[in-house]
Amino acid sequence: MNGAKPFDWRHTPGLSAYTALIFLFFYAPLLILVIYAFNSSRLVTVWAGFSFKWFVAVANNGSIRDAAFNSVIIAIVATIAATAIATAGALALERGRLRFGRSAATALIAMPLVVPEIVVAITTLIFFSGLGMHHGLINLMIAHTVFCIPFALLPIQARLRDMGGTLEEAGRDLYADEWRLFRRVTLPLLIPAISAGAIMAFVVSLDDFLISMMVSSAGSTTLPVYIYGMMRLGVTPEVNAISTILLAVSIVFVAAALLVGRRK
Amino acid sequence: MIDIQSVSKSFVTRDADPVRALNEVSLEIFDNEFFTLLGPSGCGKTTLLRLIAGFEAPSSGAIRIAGSDVAALPPQKRPVNTVFQSYALFPHMSVAENVAFGLEMQNAPKSLIDERVREALEMVRLEGFATRRPAQLSGGQQQRVAVARALAPKPSVLLLDEPLSALDLKLRKGMQSELKRLQRETGITFVLVTHDQEEALAMSDGIAVMRSGDVLQVGTPRDIYDNPQDRFVADFIGESNLLPGALLGRDPAKTIVVRPEHIVVSPASDDATGHARGAVSAITFLGSDTLYEIVLEEGARLQSRSRGRAALATGDRVVVDWARDVERELAN
Repeated sequence: MNGAKPFDWRHTPGLSAYTALIFLFFYAPLLILVIYAFNSSRLVTVWAGFSFKWFVAVANNGSIRDAAFNSVIIAIVATIAATAIATAGALALERGRLRFGRSAATALIAMPLVVPEIVVAITTLIFFSGLGMHHGLINLMIAHTVFCIPFALLPIQARLRDMGGTLEEAGRDLYADEWRLFRRVTLPLLIPAISAGAIMAFVVSLDDFLISMMVSSAGSTTLPVYIYGMMRLGVTPEVNAISTILLAVSIVFVAAALLVGRRK
Repeated sequence: MIDIQSVSKSFVTRDADPVRALNEVSLEIFDNEFFTLLGPSGCGKTTLLRLIAGFEAPSSGAIRIAGSDVAALPPQKRPVNTVFQSYALFPHMSVAENVAFGLEMQNAPKSLIDERVREALEMVRLEGFATRRPAQLSGGQQQRVAVARALAPKPSVLLLDEPLSALDLKLRKGMQSELKRLQRETGITFVLVTHDQEEALAMSDGIAVMRSGDVLQVGTPRDIYDNPQDRFVADFIGESNLLPGALLGRDPAKTIVVRPEHIVVSPASDDATGHARGAVSAITFLGSDTLYEIVLEEGARLQSRSRGRAALATGDRVVVDWARDVERELAN
């Protein structure tokens, strides 16, 4: 049994230590942020005992509450609108009659994922001022809907492609008209993918900073933009606390998306 | 029942010329018939089935079902149901919901739906499985749910697209007689697509043999087996010896077709007469039968199948003979 074994990268010496290091590099800063959110000291770098007081401070801060409320409202509206548009778009791309240009259309829809966000942010700002639109929250909702669409579309499109057309053919063969086919066959089979897409959209909208920063105006500040504002006056444990809350919400949603997406 | 008149179908592809899947095919399938479209993969049999179901539209030609032209009708308006090769059961519905689907879409009253679902599940012997999900069933059981689902709305025609290809041999044999029984009991016209000639011979009242978009021959299984009209049909259906005419001192433009079971092999002796002489090159034990492989003196090979155990040994010199009325002379 001894002697030369065939090369197997899984048995590289030090692989587990190396992997642990990478994880440490990923998550140590986050962990430190979360730990200091529970620090009772006013100083961010000195530990002075466990306390919830910064969370209480956050909860009592009216401006943070308003910003959080804006963020959630924008995320909910953008998620619903983006998911509805994405579902229709995925159906058109995978089941529509268009014979050519399908991959070009898919690439165009996915483009915002690779275009530098700062470019999208600036063009969105210019677009709105060019049109003379200054509607605060509504501008933000529109902007968020647009950049959420590809996040919602991709899982739905992938599911439709995996599913193939045979189940829908079976439905038509069994006398279902298009609307009832959609309601009874296609939609129920898409629900996991639609939920996963919607959750992704929600998280992306909730966490967005650059575009919101450009588009938001006084009175329509979102939470990440507000946190950035607080940071300019110095990092306070309040920032840690609010960041921890935002982090927890994102983790819960992304985990939910993974769980729902796995269910077929 | 189904009248197919010079139907052609071409598929447009992005870069190449259109692919022609069917060339002016004409066929008539009768009421209450178990009809089979038989051919190798790529022969157009599945395309023809999809045209009848309405999933594809013919490029030219007409399809009539029960006397009316269905060209303009989408699948949901045709009195035709399909058993798909992959079964295509709705995974999010129970067995009973799957079977009820067609009737529900036709807005049948609840009491009728319940009755038909029970009937259909009884017919395929799955009474106790109504509340199960398709994923909880074996392949054979899923297959029977697919059949029950397609039969429940009592269509005029049932289309079966290679329904048995995913089953193992034993289950397949069982399902063959089961489908045959269902066809007789329901009186519905069955149209089966298969590449398995044994399956086609065993189940069908009528067979159309297809190759590269053409129907080569239509007839009863007996007719097609005994009187193949074409070299390909002779070769594809059952086992055949195809002998060049020149070899037997006949018209060189013809091929002589003889089935192995019609060839009589006897030890070569001076008074033995026959069509050709040769030597046994291999012997295969087939249980009840023995298969001899013979190399003729002229170089051709042929197979002879006879009942019982081997009476000859490898290397024996033999005379091969057959009655003239069992052979078929076909154009090369």
